[in-house]
Amino acid sequence: MRAKKIRVLVAKPGLDGHDRGAKVICRALRDAGMEVIYTGLRRTPEEIVSAAIQEDADLIGLSILSGAHPILFPRIIKLLKDKGAEEIPVIAGGIIPENDIARMKKVGIREIFLPGTSTQEIVRWIQENIGRRGKK
Amino acid sequence: MKKRQTKAPDIKKAQASWKRNRYAKAMDACAPAKAFTTVSGKAIKELYTPADLPGFDYIRDLNFPGEYPFTRGIHPTMHRGRPWTMRQFSGFGTAEDTNRRYKYLLAHGQTGLSVAFHLPTLMGVASDHPLAKGEVGKCGVAIDSLVDMEILFRGIPLDKITTSMTINAPAAVLWAMYIAVAEKQGVSPKVISGTIQNDILKEYIAQKTFVFPPRPSMKLIIDTFEYGAKEVPRWNTISISGYHIREAGATAVQELAFTLRDGIEYVEWGLERGLEIDEFAPRLSYFFNSHNDFFEEIAKFRAARRIWAEVMRHRFGARNPRSWWLRFHTQTSGVSLVAQQPYNNVVRVAVQALAAVLGGTQSLHTNSLDETYALPSEEAVTIALRTQQVIAHESGVANAIDPLGGSYFVEALTREMENEAKSYIKKIDDMGGMVKAVELGFPQKEIADSAYWYQKAVDAGEKIIVGVNAFAMEHEPIPLLEIDRTVARQQVARLRKVRKTRNQTAAKGSLADLKKAARDDRNLMPYLLKSVKAYATLGEIMDTLKDVYGEYQEPVTF
Repeated sequence: MRAKKIRVLVAKPGLDGHDRGAKVICRALRDAGMEVIYTGLRRTPEEIVSAAIQEDADLIGLSILSGAHPILFPRIIKLLKDKGAEEIPVIAGGIIPENDIARMKKVGIREIFLPGTSTQEIVRWIQENIGRRGKK
Repeated sequence: MKKRQTKAPDIKKAQASWKRNRYAKAMDACAPAKAFTTVSGKAIKELYTPADLPGFDYIRDLNFPGEYPFTRGIHPTMHRGRPWTMRQFSGFGTAEDTNRRYKYLLAHGQTGLSVAFHLPTLMGVASDHPLAKGEVGKCGVAIDSLVDMEILFRGIPLDKITTSMTINAPAAVLWAMYIAVAEKQGVSPKVISGTIQNDILKEYIAQKTFVFPPRPSMKLIIDTFEYGAKEVPRWNTISISGYHIREAGATAVQELAFTLRDGIEYVEWGLERGLEIDEFAPRLSYFFNSHNDFFEEIAKFRAARRIWAEVMRHRFGARNPRSWWLRFHTQTSGVSLVAQQPYNNVVRVAVQALAAVLGGTQSLHTNSLDETYALPSEEAVTIALRTQQVIAHESGVANAIDPLGGSYFVEALTREMENEAKSYIKKIDDMGGMVKAVELGFPQKEIADSAYWYQKAVDAGEKIIVGVNAFAMEHEPIPLLEIDRTVARQQVARLRKVRKTRNQTAAKGSLADLKKAARDDRNLMPYLLKSVKAYATLGEIMDTLKDVYGEYQEPVTF
């Protein structure tokens, strides 16, 4: 039986419009056989969380380059909990100071990928860590 | 006896024979074949000779510096007469924080200011708007009203310094604030000088800090052209930007082509308004990226000057040679910097800066080594500025004008990029222009394709990035600039105080007048000036205009 495809919601919180990374990741994940939903720019934490639930995502990938992650990431994690969707894991990438990484992971971001990460590395991480939710 | 000169056809034959009998054989014995391509994927030959420049004509193709088509530079003296302006883009925290950084940079030899605004300002929303959460003072300085702008330039004489402001969707509003601050300092708008980026097309194409739909946005830009030509004659009312197009993933040729086609679009809209070409064209300026591939960048800058001169002179019939000049600012490539072993970024920046100087830039921003992590620290920005100073004062590269002119390779590459850019320009002409092409998503798609191609080449190890996919090692964390967490609170408090303490009748009245003027399709600059002087806030002004123009929704694709 063929395994179900992993569904990833790629989301851009924050006000910045730098979508090069997000779009490259979208294509790379799609080419690796995943189903990718891209939110487009400037999504609020509320919009991202409800999209993830609605789309039945197995994973949320956040891309942010504006520096607002210390406020927005914890907010997204909290909203997931509030909506009973905390089992959806969240990963992130962008311009994130190394000092913030531990803090963000403590809040509940599973992994953070910095500039220079290869797309294979991200694909591999997802394949190793994320199954089709509830249908593993 | 006269020495016999070898003619071009002989060289061509000799070159082919050398390649076959000498080069190819010797290469066979070398390492396994790899592709020799630029960072943009352009194939580079093993050797360039006069045979690669058929029909080359010195006067027609290059001419002298300051002479049409300006391939060798727009001024007869270039960097000998006047070194490029060292202009570090900076802004963070509150207006007070950034004012301090400006004074520091000016004290250390920087020769012009360049304002980075925080994202809420770039998007035209107030610092207490829900979308501004977490963003205040992060990517730049927080400016909500004229009060902030007055603090930003406190103690900086606006008649002595030139200022570049990276602002697009709300550019006309921030420009109005700058003019108002100058007036308060007792400086006439006739003498102030600087640049507003004011290039909305590349926002739809690449950087995505748009607010209004394309057509009303274009109208606002033409308002600034019209107003500037009469009232602020030394101001560059636009900086047509390839920088962000490149950062978003475009190749060098795409950057060149899309940027120049944007320039053509602005000229067409200006003419449509009834402006005289030679009245506004001299105030158009450009802004390019300088990426890692040294010769490709130099060729790009040279080709840009040549294409623009031809476009302005022959396509638009401009008669003032100043209208033919492509004046440009350069910033080294942010996207080329890496988080791994960050001190190596200093070397990348130096190479890129050198290309910009050899390409004849008028001003330059060098990126700081820590920018893949955060806004630059004072130490990092000092190294970046020093990099320019070493190039200017120690390397000797600016002694001769266009020192690479006449290099077979550089001339062949300049010509090739010129031709490729022209065919893109033609394609966009055929689509009905850049606004149309943007609406069709054409440049956006081309850029996304190039970005993905490049990432795959890096992932496959076909393109080496030192410290990333080769020569990797662990590195110690570097010291970073941290934005004070109290910034947002201070900024919001100040904004609320402005809203409460100003003359409400004047503020509200100015906004009502602005709205009416927008509906009547008048030039909005006088109305914006009145609004900012009445301390209407940026957020209020932009909301007023949104009521009339609507907001742009980008189609979501990848």
